[in-house]
Amino acid sequence: MNEACKPLVDRINAAVDSSDGRIAIMEVCGTHTVSLFRSGVRSVLPRGLKMVSGPGCPVCVTTQGYLDVACGLAGREDVIVATYGDMVRVPGTDTSLARQKALGARVEVVYSAREALKIAAANPTSETVFLAVGFETTSPATAATVMEADRAGVTNFSILGGHKYVIPALEALCSNGRTGISGFMLPGHVSAILGTEAYRPVVERFGVPCVVTGFEPRGMLEGIARVAEYVARGEARLDNAYPAVVRSSGNETALAWLAEVFVPCDEEWRALGMIEKSGLALRGEYRRFDAREKLGVQIVPGGEPEGCRCGEVIQGLIDPPECGLFGAGCTPEGPVGPCMVSSEGACAAWHKYGGAG
Amino acid sequence: MKDPKKKRDVIVAAHGGGGEMTKRLLESRILPGITNPALAPLTDGAVLDLPPGRLVVSTDAHVIRPIEFPGGDIGRLAVCGTVNDVAMMGARPLALALALVLEEGLDLAVLERIMRSVAESAEEAGVSIVTGDTKVVEKGHGDGIYITTTGVGVVAPGVSLDAARIRRGDVLIVNGSIAEHGLAIMAARERLGIQSSLKSDVAPLGGLVQRMLETRADVKFLRDPTRGGIAGVVADLAETTGLTVEVREADVPVSPNARHAAEALGLDPLTVANEGKLVAVVPQGDAERVLAACREFEHGRDAAVIGRLVEAELPLAELVTRIGGRRIIQRPSGAELPRIC
Amino acid sequence: MCLAVPGRVIEIDDSAPPGLGPVGVVDLQGSRVEASLAMIPGVALGDWVLLHAGFAISRLDEAEARETWEYLRDADVAGCVGEFPGGAGVIEKEQGAPRRGQS
Repeated sequence: MNEACKPLVDRINAAVDSSDGRIAIMEVCGTHTVSLFRSGVRSVLPRGLKMVSGPGCPVCVTTQGYLDVACGLAGREDVIVATYGDMVRVPGTDTSLARQKALGARVEVVYSAREALKIAAANPTSETVFLAVGFETTSPATAATVMEADRAGVTNFSILGGHKYVIPALEALCSNGRTGISGFMLPGHVSAILGTEAYRPVVERFGVPCVVTGFEPRGMLEGIARVAEYVARGEARLDNAYPAVVRSSGNETALAWLAEVFVPCDEEWRALGMIEKSGLALRGEYRRFDAREKLGVQIVPGGEPEGCRCGEVIQGLIDPPECGLFGAGCTPEGPVGPCMVSSEGACAAWHKYGGAG
Repeated sequence: MKDPKKKRDVIVAAHGGGGEMTKRLLESRILPGITNPALAPLTDGAVLDLPPGRLVVSTDAHVIRPIEFPGGDIGRLAVCGTVNDVAMMGARPLALALALVLEEGLDLAVLERIMRSVAESAEEAGVSIVTGDTKVVEKGHGDGIYITTTGVGVVAPGVSLDAARIRRGDVLIVNGSIAEHGLAIMAARERLGIQSSLKSDVAPLGGLVQRMLETRADVKFLRDPTRGGIAGVVADLAETTGLTVEVREADVPVSPNARHAAEALGLDPLTVANEGKLVAVVPQGDAERVLAACREFEHGRDAAVIGRLVEAELPLAELVTRIGGRRIIQRPSGAELPRIC
Repeated sequence: MCLAVPGRVIEIDDSAPPGLGPVGVVDLQGSRVEASLAMIPGVALGDWVLLHAGFAISRLDEAEARETWEYLRDADVAGCVGEFPGGAGVIEKEQGAPRRGQS
């Protein structure tokens, strides 16, 4: 093992030993799930330290209903759907954006909300609908783009809102108390926007140690070591292991943009159900950019495919291989649920890097 | 008499009719640069005198978009892709057959550039274009140009590549930095917002392979990591040999430019296509001389040993990561869409 | 959810139209990405930033960026990680804590 990492692994070992040999930490963020696997950090952790996947995969927590509406809009002659790449192959009830595209629908993959606005400008006779999915790292970009569209008087651009706040989901998970999780590895870049203090209420209300963590292997080991040590010492502490990027107050500009454009609303999360004030709805005069109002569509949550246990995976109740479909009826080539097809889905990560079932 | 308002010369349907217009198109835009004694008669096929050895034939259809990209174009790709496939069989590539499908409206200046590229690449690869075909499809029915190349080569007597000879302890060699072709193509496509100085690594490897074989090293396996990248090759190797293939992340040559572009696009460099690379499996004792042979070539300068075959319970392709951890290398599933959120 | 890449600001365009702030070009070791810099007011040429979805979402402390770079370099036997861009030569790294900066 790399010399710099050994002391960190030793600390984790020591913490696990003094905790009756078992600690479970939730890695909230899908990017952490992937990074832990890809860097090999998972493989150097002691057996007694269990990393559990969380709901931090935006595509995985987007309802089938949202996807079905997006596919329906794509099917309209005069609509261009602009989306981040992750959404394209997720199966809806009957179809997917990829399949719609193969049938001639205009589905454009973009890397930025601003790109979606450029598409609208380049296609004045069509309505460009941007699939606004993502957590706090991503929602300020949408907010800025909506403001830019507003300022420029753009009339053929709208968003299908699917942005969510992470903290209400964390609170919901902690409230139902079934998960056996002793601590949280908090998402580094969401925290760059929110600031560490945003998590203080979670730590105080539920008494769980939380450490904001980055994405380099050593940074992740440091974050895990700290959570493990706080768990071992019974300390419910909020800590920041990613100070290069994350401050206690977060990014004021981004937070101001969010407050200007969005207002919290009750939002349906796939498999987690309704979580209060966890979604972002367009505010006041910005509602003219709401695709649902503009195009007359309504999102109904939708069901789950038979046998799909994505919901339990994103709550950290099971590991992907425990799902009967894992690697059998559900593979990256033929996914049943979003956790297998999303590039940040826990099932996809386990399948890709951990061996197929 | 030259028309002062010169119209853009483009492919039209009649160019594919097989008549006078086809003949003129061939003579003016397609044949110059590639003509040679076997091709010159422009008969239905080519008669070749081949050196002694076993015949290898390989074919590829090239449908890349964009057709011109940093580091190359579809013409160079068509030549090198098939030359390399023939070379991976242990054969010396000798001749190519070239079939062009041109879309109505294709700029003739573009066609000329691509054919010049074909000619230059063929010369670099030491092969002749010995026969070909040209067809035209209506506008909207093709992406400008598709090229199918079929290549033939000869495996010299005494040379025999056979994965069945692979043993525990054998090592994997790659001839240079990976992931550049796929990343250059993705960066060249619009709307990914990346302007890259990355260039495709497309290059002919026939000469390099011959040099490797000349060292008398026991080259047991050769594969070019095109679609699916290094990951695809090592996953296949594990399955074929029943051994575990252990790749060391720190030893895999990746340029900083490629590494960062891959990170920006959310891609694993191991899964990205290459068009000027090969993976060779040789006994550990032969590694040094094979590396030396590679390094005699510009596209073998950064050759390195990237891993080895080990005995294990389950045949897997495994990556030993930079921190000394491990994870599986899976065959990529298909279309790599850039990850964003 | 959190995929963000570090890079250096090499161009800033203050005049960008209907603006909420400047747009710029960020260099990712040879790849150039156009991005909005509006989320991090006061950003300057040469600053290290984190990019996500076409926006710079945070400045990156240069010393920390260096440390990440050096860590990668130390583990990089094949010698593929180049010099830290813009640095006054390579920083020596001792076992454990890095020595910070020569510039």
